[in-house]
This record gives sequence, structure tokens and C-alpha cells, in this order.
Amino acid sequence: MYRIIHKEILSESVKLFIVEAPVVARKARAGQFVIVRNDEYGERIPLTIADYDSEAGTITLIFQEVGKSTMQMGTFEVGDSYENIAGPLGHATEIENYGKVVMVGGGVGIAPIFPITRALKQAGNQVISIIGARSKELLFWEGRMQEYSDELIVCTDDGSAGRKALVTEPLKEVLEANRDAAKVWAIGPAIMMKFTCLTTKPFNVPTIVSLNTVMVDGTGMCGGCRVAMEGGARFVCVDGPEFDGHIVDWDILLERMSFYRSEEQLATKQWLDHQCKLDKAAEAAE
Amino acid sequence: MPQKKINPTRTPMPEQPAKERIRNFNEVTHGYSEEMAVNEAIRCLQCARPTCIQGCPVNIDIPRFLAHVANQEFQDAIDVIKKTNCLPAITGRVCPQENQCEGVCVLAKKYEPVAIGRVERFVADWEAEHGKPAAVNPAKPSGKKAAVIGAGPAGLTAAADLAKKGHQVTVFEALHKAGGVLSYGIPDFRLPTDVVRREVDYVTSLGVEIKKDFVVGMAATIDELLEEYDAIFIGTGAGLPWFLGLPGENLGGVYSANEYLTRSNLMKAYLFPKYDTPIAIGERVITIGGGNTAMDAARTALRLGARDSIIVYRRSKAEMPARAEEVEHAGQEGVQFHFLTSPVAYHGQKGRVQSLECIKNELGEPDASGRRRPVPVEGSNFQIEADVIIVAIGQSPSPIIAKTTQIDTGKGGILLVDKETMKTSKKGVFAGGDIITGGATVILAMGQAKIAAAAMDEYLRTGIWEKAEEADTESA
Ligand SMILES: Cc1cc2nc3c(=O)[nH]c(=O)nc-3n(C[C@H](O)[C@H](O)[C@H](O)COP(=O)(O)OP(=O)(O)OC[C@H]3O[C@@H](n4cnc5c(N)ncnc54)[C@H](O)[C@@H]3O)c2cc1C
Ligand SMILES: Cc1cc2nc3c(=O)[nH]c(=O)nc-3n(C[C@H](O)[C@H](O)[C@H](O)COP(=O)(O)OP(=O)(O)OC[C@H]3O[C@@H](n4cnc5c(N)ncnc54)[C@H](O)[C@@H]3O)c2cc1C
Ligand code: SF4
Ligand code: SF4
Ligand code: FES
Repeated sequence: MYRIIHKEILSESVKLFIVEAPVVARKARAGQFVIVRNDEYGERIPLTIADYDSEAGTITLIFQEVGKSTMQMGTFEVGDSYENIAGPLGHATEIENYGKVVMVGGGVGIAPIFPITRALKQAGNQVISIIGARSKELLFWEGRMQEYSDELIVCTDDGSAGRKALVTEPLKEVLEANRDAAKVWAIGPAIMMKFTCLTTKPFNVPTIVSLNTVMVDGTGMCGGCRVAMEGGARFVCVDGPEFDGHIVDWDILLERMSFYRSEEQLATKQWLDHQCKLDKAAEAAE
Repeated sequence: MPQKKINPTRTPMPEQPAKERIRNFNEVTHGYSEEMAVNEAIRCLQCARPTCIQGCPVNIDIPRFLAHVANQEFQDAIDVIKKTNCLPAITGRVCPQENQCEGVCVLAKKYEPVAIGRVERFVADWEAEHGKPAAVNPAKPSGKKAAVIGAGPAGLTAAADLAKKGHQVTVFEALHKAGGVLSYGIPDFRLPTDVVRREVDYVTSLGVEIKKDFVVGMAATIDELLEEYDAIFIGTGAGLPWFLGLPGENLGGVYSANEYLTRSNLMKAYLFPKYDTPIAIGERVITIGGGNTAMDAARTALRLGARDSIIVYRRSKAEMPARAEEVEHAGQEGVQFHFLTSPVAYHGQKGRVQSLECIKNELGEPDASGRRRPVPVEGSNFQIEADVIIVAIGQSPSPIIAKTTQIDTGKGGILLVDKETMKTSKKGVFAGGDIITGGATVILAMGQAKIAAAAMDEYLRTGIWEKAEEADTESA
């Protein structure tokens, strides 16, 4: 069983779990992910391995509550278990001393960008980081990012914390001021990664993104995670999840990700109705 | 032998009427009653030189088990079958019998062949209900440890045989459920979940441990497993789906058959939203391909609620590789067939597929497979409207293992083995099933696993890896 041993609330809709998963923890590296299933009715959903402790046999998962599965996950408490966790999956980030790198994390994407930032800093890179979220309530880990960054820029869409801007704005300035930047990493909502790539393109800086397509098995068996890019379609789970963002066909990716919207809304609604009933029952019992 | 009058036609299989069954995922066929099984078994001529045995890849003594059935000695019948086939409830249901045992039954020359598969299934199901629990004679523990990668028919068969020989066996399975294609690919209406579970339970009852959620190559490599296990069997199947590479293939609503069937079978999307995994329920669904996978997808679409389910196949009906029974069942259920038709492009709007553009073919000269090659007729393009399109044109071995270990591979990524022992190029490592052939059949996978398990047992007992030594002398 994959027992939750620690729970933390990072922001309004983002939660952190430390989970027992010794098989995964033994081999995990920055940039890889797991497939989890909440219970026997659950779907298989991918989550990045935000951190790991091979000795303790645990991994850290950070997720944003966006629909049925992640909302249900949010109700799990310490001592509860996931039905399944498989991994580590996907390629690990290629950590090297590139010189100067720029890290961009948006929303829940701050979680997966952190271990990569740390590894790159430890490998000797000069690190400039930009993290952003819609508002202050959705921001987390400024401290951790600060610790492994030579420079950290925080921004929010509404200006409730840091600078009032989308991450692409400071990114452009950073690239103008740092013509020697060797590589950019961007992780966050697909739309943010798309615009990050559009921003870095004129500067000709290689830009690595971590794609979050819909997945089923996570082992290359279904092709549901495929993305169109220069040179043909690729499977995110086995060929990625990191890719050169400049060759990704973002429009097709965004369309594929919204394919199950009406089903997702139905599942979420049923879940919320069900929770609501449970809450009422609990109230009545009190 | 006294002359007897033979019934020229086989005992019909009771089944759900097509109209009813397309509204549920229950098994299409009900199976023979005792009386039907006996009636069918007595049709066997008990040939002196039974051709049927050669037709069966695991050489079941078919006339013997049929004779026992004819005498209502069902336990004896199952004992005969189980000598060489540990999953008869499955093979009886899914073997392409018309190309195997039944295809070469002498009766087939004049009449309908004995329905060997149906009787085999009856006997297996009878055992599940009435049989004495399989006498497991625990062999003396050998003190050796074997790892089996993949819990499909190949892996389960190898694991069972190795456990029976007294070895300690651990199966590593990537998914959250054992069974391989039997669990994620073949739908419940053709192979009920319970039948697969029964067989998996049998394997674990032999002391085999199944570790799920374990992707070999990622969670541990073959080399790392070799540090802990004395021998390894790789039965990871052919799970990598092929696409056509045509324009528009990444539109929403275009699925690989693997994804479509996995969502429906393994993840139970047909019970959404009780189960969390969604699936697109098309009004008009096209499936591209002519094999079992294509039939399964097209028939699943109807059960999910599609109004029209259409198969597009580039050759003609005679060349379809699917089991004859599945093609017939699909037709009864209202699946429409477009033969001699090849897709050329997918069209859609706002990221959703709306139609498939096709071209008509003529049959040309025979190709490498001996089947007449489809040749496109220029200018014959036409469109078929559809909101879901399923690509079921085949699959090849998943590359994860070959990529993470030094092992010889052949065309299309199959693992190369010595066919007599199923030894790979790597010492201590054997392989069988779809991973060495590309997509084939359940019974072939099992047959290869049995050969491998026997050779593994010998290797585990003696520690001699002859093949490598031979190879050395050859290359010397
Ligand atoms: C490699 C990878 C790593 C990821 N890491 C994280 C992470 O660390 N933290 C995190 O919060 N999220 C992560 N995601 C996204 C996460 O998997 C989805 O948010 C989650 O599946 C949503 O499920 P839901 O039922 O709660 O929402 P739903 O209502 O099902 O969907 C809401 C949104 O999530 C997306 N989504 C739905 N199903 C899937 C699926 N099976 N796989 C991927 N996306 C899906 C949809 O595009 C939709 O827009 C990652 C995705 C990938 C591919
Ligand atoms: C839809 C469909 C219908 C079919 N219908 C028929 C039919 O009617 N009759 C018939 O005879 N044949 C049929 N076949 C073919 C038959 O199912 C296969 O030939 C057979 O299942 C092969 O068995 P296998 O054990 O080699 O592989 P599989 O059944 O593919 O099992 C392989 C297992 O290995 C696991 N695995 C893969 N990689 C790893 C890894 N790295 N680590 C751990 N585990 C791993 C997989 O998850 C899977 O469980 C059908 C196939 C499909 C797809
Ligand atoms: S295992 Fe398959 S081929 Fe052999 S007798 Fe049974 S149905 Fe026929
Ligand atoms: S070939 Fe046909 S008739 Fe002859 S023994 Fe086999 S099943 Fe019976
Ligand atoms: S998730 Fe199925 S192939 Fe990538």
C-alpha cells in the first residue's frame, strides 16, 4: 500500500503529500513522474515526483485540485493510502553545468520546477528563477526557490504578491539582460508554456518544457499522450515528459487536453454533490 | 470401430440475441450445457492419426479429452487438457480455432469440424464449478528465484510452470491488474473478467507473487533484477500501438485501439462516472483494421451507445485476420463493413475529428504475406462522417526493456531468442509471447512460455547456459 505519511496545504488549491513508495523512491530522479490511482474506481493520473527520499522510501507529490480525481485526493489524510502508484516514469532531466539557466514555474508548476532548479544549482549553474501564479493564495515555495536561485522574480496576475505580471514579461527582460542564458526551463499550464516558448524563440534560447497531456497507462501502450511536433508525433510518457518547446505544436496540444471537458465537468459535479451530501449527513449526525 | 452416423453440423452455441447483447457487456455466448457438450464430443471420429493435435500449438490430446466428454468423464477430460494447456477457459474462448485444431479436423473435409474450442471451454468452466481443486503437489523448494516480467498469458504460464517445479517466482507487472491483453484488451463480452481472475488466482495459489505497478526498465532494470534473481522470463507483449501517420491523426476523438479498449475494459469507462475514466461515446464510430482488435473496438463502440459502427479495411472480407466467429458476431450486431478501402486523411474542426477521407482499392498481385495486395484506385476518394475514429492496425513490442538493457533485438523491436529454449542473447534471460513475435495469439504465447519454463528449470537446476557457449564456439 502507498500510505500518506505527511500532508501540507501549500495554497488555496495546492496540496502536498509525502507518500510511502519505496520502489519509486529508490530510482526517482528530477523530471520524472508517477501514475497514481486513488481507489479501485479511480483513473490513472500522472503527477510529477516533486521530491524523493530513497532512504526513507518516500516521494513527495504536489497537486492542484482541478477536477474529480485531484479534489478527491485533497480529502485524503495522513494514514490514508493510494490504491496504486507506478513509477518512476519518463526521462529524467538532463542535469549539466550549462552556465546560466532561467527557470520559469507557473502555478502548480512551481512544484516540479523546484527539484530541477536545485539539481541545476548544485551542478554549478548560475540560476535565475521566475515563479508566478494567479494570486498570492496560489503561490508557494518562494523560500525554497530563493535558496537555490541566484535571482528570484515573483509575480502574480493580480499583483497580490510580487510584481503584477504574467511570467513572460520578466522573462523577456531577463533574456534581454542576459544574452548568455544557455537554457530555459518552463513548467506550468500548457498555455503558459506556449507563451514562454514564443517569448524565448526570438532569443534563440533552447527551451525545455514538461508536457502535461492526458495519460492512461504512462508506459507507451495507449498513445493517448501523443503530441504533434516537428518530426512527427511523440508519446509524452516514454519520449518525454520534457521536450524542446520550440518544436511542439501547442494548438493541437491545447485542443487535445480539453477533449474530455464535458465528462470532467460531470465527474466533478457528481463528486461535489456527493461530498455535499456527506457534509450534510455529518452535520445532521452532530 | 462400429460405423456411426455423424451429425454433419455442429451443436449450435447458445448466445444472447444480437439486439439484446449490444446493450450490455455480458458474454455473448452462454457456453454448452453438459448435454450439448456430450452431443458435440460424440461427433469426433477418434481418428487413428488425429490431425487436430498437430493443429493445436500446444498439442492437446484432443480425441482423448473428447472421448472422456462423450462418456461424461469431465474431470478426466480436464486433466488431459491441463497436461499441456493451463488456461483452457481462455483458449477455448479466444483461439482462432478455424486456423488451428478445427481447421485441420478431418470432418472439416466433408462436414463441419468438431467444435473443439467450445467443448474445451465447457470442460474448463465445468471444472471451475464442480471440479476437485487442482491437486497442487508442491515440488521440493529448489532454493532458486525466478522473475517473470509481464502478467499476460505468456508470463502467467511461465510463472505457473516454474512454481510447479519448486522455484520461487515473482511476477512484475506494469499495470495495476494482471492478465495483459486478456485484462486490458479483450472485452468482457468476449472474455469475462471473472474467467481471467480465476486463472490469475490459480497462478497465485501456486505460491507465485505478483508485484503490480512495477515497470521493469524504469523501477528496476533487467540487470538489476539479475542481481537478485537466478533467471528471468520476459513476457512483456506487443503493446506499442501503431498509427497511420496521416494528416489529422492527432485530432481529439482519434484513438489507438489500445487506448479505446483500455479505457473501456481495464478502466471500466463504460461505467463512467461510477468509474472515473471517461471515454468518448461517438454517434458514428469508425474502426480502421480487420483483426480481432478491430472487431473488439467496433463492437465495444456499439455497446457504449454508438448509433453506427463502421469498419474500414483495406483488403476484402476473406483476408481479414480476425477470428471467423468475431466477424460473424460483429455483422449480426450491425457493424458495417467497408472493404477494399484505405484511409488517407482525418478531417475535423476545433480539435475534434469529423470525418475520415478514404480511397477505394483493387486487389493486385499477392504480397509477401501471400495475400493479394490492395492497390488504390486513383480519384476514388470519398468521406465517411465520424466523431470517433479508432486505429486498430497492429502493435509492436514496447521498447522500454530493450532500451534499458543490452539484449539482441530483431525487426520491429522483437527480442531475438533461440526457438528451442527461448533463450535470449543475455545469460539467464528467456522470453516468449508477443515480445518475440509481435502481435500473435494467446495460445502461441503460452506454448512459447512452456518451452521457456522447461529450459529455465534446467538452467536453474544445472546453471549451464549452453547456448552462449555454442555461440562462442560458432563465432570462434
Ligand atoms: C507528466 C505529468 C505530470 C504532472 N504532474 C502534475 C503535478 O505534479 N501536479 C498536478 O497538480 N498536476 C500534474 N499533472 C496534471 C494532472 O495529471 C491533472 O491535473 C489531473 O489528471 C487532473 O485530474 P482531475 O480528475 O482532478 O481533473 P479533470 O477534471 O479530469 O481534468 C482537469 C484538467 O486536467 C487535465 N487532465 C485530465 N485527466 C488527465 C490525465 N489522465 N492526465 C493528465 N492530465 C489530465 C485535463 O486536461 C483537464 O484540463 C501532470 C500531468 C502530466 C502529464
Ligand atoms: C484487442 C485484442 C484482441 C485479441 N484477440 C485475440 C483472440 O481472440 N485470440 C487470440 O489468440 N489472441 C488475441 N489477441 C492477441 C493476444 O492477446 C496476444 O497475442 C497475447 O495476449 C500475448 O500474450 P503476452 O503474454 O505475450 O503479452 P500481453 O498479453 O501483451 O501481456 C504483457 C504484459 O506485460 C506487461 N508489461 C509490458 N511491459 C512491461 C514492463 N516493462 N514491466 C512490467 N510489465 C510489463 C503488460 O502490462 C502486460 O500485462 C488479441 C489482442 C488484442 C490487443
Ligand atoms: S488450445 Fe486452442 S488450438 Fe488447442 S485445442 Fe484448444 S482451442 Fe484448439
Ligand atoms: S481430427 Fe477431428 S474427428 Fe479426428 S480426432 Fe481430431 S477432432 Fe476427432
Ligand atoms: S500514456 Fe499511454 S502511451 Fe503515454
